[in-house]
Amino acid sequence: MALLSVVTAAEGPGWPTALPLLPQPAEMLTGIVAFGILYWLYKTKVVPRLEELYAARAAAIEGGMHKAEEAQAQAQAALEQYQAQLREARAEASRIREDAKAQGATILAELRSQAAAEASRITETAHKQIEAERQQALVSLRGEVGRISVDLASRVVGESLHDETRQKGIVDRFLAELESGDVVREKVGAPRAEDA
Amino acid sequence: MSRNVLSAHFPSISAPAVVAAAEEDGSFKAPGTAEFYWPLIGGDNNWALTRPSVVLLISVALLGWFFITAASRLQLVPTRRQFLVEGVYGFVRNSIGRDVIGEREFRPFLPLLFTVFTMILLNNVFGIVPFVQFPTMSRVAFPIVLTLAVYVTYHVVAIRRKHGVVGYFKSLVPAGLPRWLVPIMFVLEVATYFFIRPLTLALRLFGNMLAGHLMLLVFILGGEYLLLRGGNVLLAFSGVMSFAFAIVMTFFELLVEFLQAFIFTILTALYLADAVSESH
Repeated sequence: MALLSVVTAAEGPGWPTALPLLPQPAEMLTGIVAFGILYWLYKTKVVPRLEELYAARAAAIEGGMHKAEEAQAQAQAALEQYQAQLREARAEASRIREDAKAQGATILAELRSQAAAEASRITETAHKQIEAERQQALVSLRGEVGRISVDLASRVVGESLHDETRQKGIVDRFLAELESGDVVREKVGAPRAEDA
Repeated sequence: MSRNVLSAHFPSISAPAVVAAAEEDGSFKAPGTAEFYWPLIGGDNNWALTRPSVVLLISVALLGWFFITAASRLQLVPTRRQFLVEGVYGFVRNSIGRDVIGEREFRPFLPLLFTVFTMILLNNVFGIVPFVQFPTMSRVAFPIVLTLAVYVTYHVVAIRRKHGVVGYFKSLVPAGLPRWLVPIMFVLEVATYFFIRPLTLALRLFGNMLAGHLMLLVFILGGEYLLLRGGNVLLAFSGVMSFAFAIVMTFFELLVEFLQAFIFTILTALYLADAVSESH
């Protein structure tokens, strides 16, 4: 202060040479005004807007993070749900498989018994049919054999024996004996015991 | 006196004048602190309008225009210019303000920090911008004004936070000191808070800018003198080397200019952090 008053009192203060390192009053004043103006401009028009921007950006980022967290939680829940469903489905599938196996076994057994029954039935039918055909063949053979024998005998004897054989039932009797096993096979040409 | 400075800024225009001036006694007159007083209106006068004052006002106009127009159309997704603005602002806000003062308290001081940083940075960079080429802060009045603003702010904040002037003075001495150490600490702390801090804050910026510009002046004016008035090839060559070194120093100045703006701002933040803190 004292220095400044000295300076103002002097005729020519001597700024360039005598006082080069002291603050010149006009420069001080300009500096204060300039600083004041810039400070006021920043305080009212620049810093608040930039702070708003920072806040908005922070909010946006936080919101984004919140959203992301939510999405992640949802995804986690969905995953758990899917896994539970999958587990259920697996259990279901294995149960179904077991059931099917059991069912298949019973069906198989049933079919097997059915097939066995059918087979025995078919066999029986076949047996019966064979028996019947055999009987039929037997009957027709019996007639045929009788007739042929009589024919043969007739040729041997020289006359028809048909009526007589029919009357006397010789052929039938013979065949009956044959069936019952009474007839003894003999060599041809050998004398027959009964005839002798 | 401003003739030499002018010649440094517009060598092609005023070189003959310098040559003429140098020829008066024939020897080289080294540039000194006198080159820094540069009145535009009025001469050796307390209220003369000086060129640095005009540069400072222009810087305020430029900064105001740049940041207000950018701030008036901010978008969540930045344009290129907004990216630049956010870069500067984010640097002051986060790297200096928030990190030093702390998350809770730094917001009210942002206008001050931002004003100090941008004002010092632009005016320092003016030191190497063609056609301006004068660091405003090499006139001591401007660092003093900025320091005054910081000084008043941190004392007012501290007095408010620490329950009045008495509380503030009590808080200067850390608790738990031996009784005989208290007066010594008190004197030291008062000296630090009330005299050393403002003095160093203002003089560091002023001195760096003055010395840097003076060095550039010496190399450029000296180089010019050697080149034009050296008289033989060797001296002319050393003049060219002097110019080359001046260019190197210009880049070095750019670093110093940024660094000084940064240091001033971060110290401001530190002092404010001190003021808002609960204990010393």
